[in-house]
Amino acid sequence: MASQSTSKPSNARRKPGQIAAEAEAQALARHVDSAHKTYGRGEDIRPKSVRDKKLRSKVKALQSKAKDAEMQAKDAEILMADATPGMLEAENELEKTYKVRQDDIRSASGVETAKKGFELRLEGLGPYDVCEYTRNGRDLLIAGRKGHVACFDWRAGKLGCELNLNETVRDAKWLHTNQSFAVAQKKCVYIYARDGVELHALKKLQEPVALQFLPYHFLLASISTLGVLRYTDISTGANITEFATKLGPPTSFCQNPANAILHVGHQKGLVTLWSPNSSTPLVKLLPHSGPVRSLAIDRAGRYMVSAGQDRRMSVWDIRMFKEMHTHHLRQPGASLSISDQNLTAVGWGTQVSIFNQDIFTRAKEDIKVPEPYMSWGGEGNTISRLKFCPFEDVLGISHDKGFSSIIVPGSGEPNFDALESGLNPFETSKQRKEAEVHALLEKLQPEMISLDPNIIGNLDLASEEQRRRERDLDAKPEDKIANLKKKGRGRNSALRRHLRKSGQKNVIDAEKVRAREALQAMNKREIEKVSKMKAEYGPALARFARKGF
Amino acid sequence: MKIKTLSRSPATTQAPGSNVTKVHRNLNPEMHPFERAREYTRALNATKVERMFAKPFLADFEPGHVDGVYSFAKDPESLEHFASGSGDGVVKLWDMTTREELWQAQAHENMVKGLSWTRDKRLLTCGSDRKVHLFEPYTKSKEPVGTWMGAHAFTSISHHRSIPSFAAASSNIAIYDVSRVSTAPVQSLVWPTAIETISSVKFNQTETSILASCASDRSIILYDLRTSQPLHRTVLNFASNDISWNPMEAFNFAVANEDHNVYIFDMRNMKRALNVLKDHVAAVMSVEFSPTGEELVSGSYDRTVRLWSRSSGHSRDIYHTRRMQRVFSVAWTPDNNYILSGSDDGNIRLWRAKASARQGVKSFALRQKLQYDDALKEKYKHMPEIRRIARHRHVPKSVKKAGEIKSEELKAIKRREENERRHTKKGQTRRKSEREKMVLAREQ
Repeated sequence: MASQSTSKPSNARRKPGQIAAEAEAQALARHVDSAHKTYGRGEDIRPKSVRDKKLRSKVKALQSKAKDAEMQAKDAEILMADATPGMLEAENELEKTYKVRQDDIRSASGVETAKKGFELRLEGLGPYDVCEYTRNGRDLLIAGRKGHVACFDWRAGKLGCELNLNETVRDAKWLHTNQSFAVAQKKCVYIYARDGVELHALKKLQEPVALQFLPYHFLLASISTLGVLRYTDISTGANITEFATKLGPPTSFCQNPANAILHVGHQKGLVTLWSPNSSTPLVKLLPHSGPVRSLAIDRAGRYMVSAGQDRRMSVWDIRMFKEMHTHHLRQPGASLSISDQNLTAVGWGTQVSIFNQDIFTRAKEDIKVPEPYMSWGGEGNTISRLKFCPFEDVLGISHDKGFSSIIVPGSGEPNFDALESGLNPFETSKQRKEAEVHALLEKLQPEMISLDPNIIGNLDLASEEQRRRERDLDAKPEDKIANLKKKGRGRNSALRRHLRKSGQKNVIDAEKVRAREALQAMNKREIEKVSKMKAEYGPALARFARKGF
Repeated sequence: MKIKTLSRSPATTQAPGSNVTKVHRNLNPEMHPFERAREYTRALNATKVERMFAKPFLADFEPGHVDGVYSFAKDPESLEHFASGSGDGVVKLWDMTTREELWQAQAHENMVKGLSWTRDKRLLTCGSDRKVHLFEPYTKSKEPVGTWMGAHAFTSISHHRSIPSFAAASSNIAIYDVSRVSTAPVQSLVWPTAIETISSVKFNQTETSILASCASDRSIILYDLRTSQPLHRTVLNFASNDISWNPMEAFNFAVANEDHNVYIFDMRNMKRALNVLKDHVAAVMSVEFSPTGEELVSGSYDRTVRLWSRSSGHSRDIYHTRRMQRVFSVAWTPDNNYILSGSDDGNIRLWRAKASARQGVKSFALRQKLQYDDALKEKYKHMPEIRRIARHRHVPKSVKKAGEIKSEELKAIKRREENERRHTKKGQTRRKSEREKMVLAREQ
């Protein structure tokens, strides 16, 4: 007791200076913690666990360096002066944020910001299926199904070009800068310069339905009506690879910005994950029971949101490949977009609902439709695509009567990084040219794409034996069941353990079927053995006959 | 309802009327995807650029010597002057910045075996004609101002750091006084039981009374002038050709050995070497520490010059040209940026100490970039592709072939030893550490 009272003196007995010092220490600890949380790279290695003396001192030095870097990055936050994200908050329980109208927001914000909400009425030019912002959010590209394509600096209102292609346009994407864009037309993909000049016709990319551009790898990925996925390097023009998904016409296409893996939604409700290094999908997910209409992934690559024809919207953790939760929409979601601040916009029918970050943290059991953060629409315009504008509180909506830009407070990242190529909203043409050269110099190779983006530089922990085994292609596959000892003792037999450990009760594969059969046969043998023993022992000793002898 | 929207005016980035843009940063890792992959790509590019810029040979000193260059001496009082001695007895003084010959003299009748500068800018030369001459090269006089005669041919000479005396080696080490010309030696240092030709003698420039020598009887002997006694004698498996003291760690020195290796010893513990530098495929004729004490340069009978880091066992670079013959003398310039090599073909060559580095004024941005690249190269040096590119050197065919044969032979020796060990009683033939192997005997 005595020691306790000395180590934890009550508030009354402590001096005010001591209290202040403790509060300061706590604040410092919190500061260090938050620095590690935001800027830390992975977990620390405990230097004590390293046995080699030299290595231990190296690890220690590296760790203190990393810690310093974290703290310096945290301290540099001061320089991000005016940069707090926008917000929309109800002041009492009667107010609902989803009831706020665009007029209210416009009148509550400054003139410059109010101008960012606008409407483009382009009736007669067909449903607008495409709206795309450049990575710095400065330029906008819209395309109508009937062949009307326009690109412009949307804040300044400067038109880049306006094309009437007189051909079906299925998708369009900006390439690495605002100087060129790719358009998926009826027969193949074309690349146009900002001023509308046709630069290339990529004849090999036949009948494209959707496009994705991987900016760090300079890869243009396209998927065709037949479900063939093609990667083209736009810096060299080389066709890198092409894979047949073998799952019919794709229904949606998106990329994970954190690891450059492509997600393809299919008719069956499947979502497959692709990299240029594997002819089979890396992962298959089954979020829906009908066609997957739309997919979106947040910028950190943690969550995937999908909307299907089955009217469901489901949220997946794509680090664990587990569904986090799912709920119903009133109509099938046609388009999804996740903003930099993790607001999720879903367009269904003529409506747009915007959910806040809560949908990523909801319990799986909670099937109630979440209350939206904001909503828009209901004016008879069928929504076809949504896109949050990077670094702005703006959502771009293309619908059958044109394009609408609405203000969504709290959606945009307030702080941009001027030295990251292509992410500077105020970049001058000279900076853009410089950044383009640098980006080309450090172009990532397609072989570097993998589910874990940090795999490069990691230690290969596979043993030499393991590696040799992998190299030997003629080796027979190991028969796990034959390797199990048939001891058949008690409850915890090896077969039972195998069945238990192979997990996933509802997945039935050949191995598991065989294992189950083997287990049944074993049980049968056991029972026969027991009955045989009973007969042998006679009525008096029969109670000693039991399994496992 | 509380509403706040982002509003970012261009004026925060660039004030109206100014052409200076403010660079905003956001160091959140989410804003910088593919961090490792991009760093790796940068490191790979930096490594490639380094190899592209690796042009180590700068120039040679015209006109060279008629015979091979067997000795060098840098003027300790100057950054740009050094003397070279040739096989035909000619000694020349050179200026490094202009690469011009400042002075020359026919010092000896045959080979100039050693050169050393006094602290008052005079040059001592010794030759196999049993003479030591003292020249005053800066006065342009071709005649020696003093001469000492010895009993045997002199092989090496070294001047004391502060007092005007020098050590000249023949079969013993004789200490002479520079101020008393043509007198008998003041002291004579000799190991009592060894009468062999001493191939190199060097004063320690920090612990100034310590003297190291290596002789053709394979021994390395250290002497202390204060007691006029030898300290200890270590016999290696093969004879050593040259000795160099570490200018920063007074007790460490490197020896160039006939068995193709360079050994770094701590004079306080001669039981084992501090490091063994293995890469040459013929006898190492000359070795010198860099002025920082971090690196070494060695010249070998295999016609190459190799550069080493003090702490790693293999060379970091190899320099050779088609016309360069056996290298008998190497030196690191006092500014740590260049290397001199003198070879059998009579030429003195000037090389860069870092093959891809460029001297000259660099902008702040360039310096920053180079530092960043160095850090990246260090971080990703273990990646297979980067390691392959960084390590690749074009090596003359003869050296490559010799290296292959040597490694095969070493493997055979090792295999034989292992076989012997396997067939003898356990514990009788112990494996010897690579750093102790070459020490044959020690005497106090």
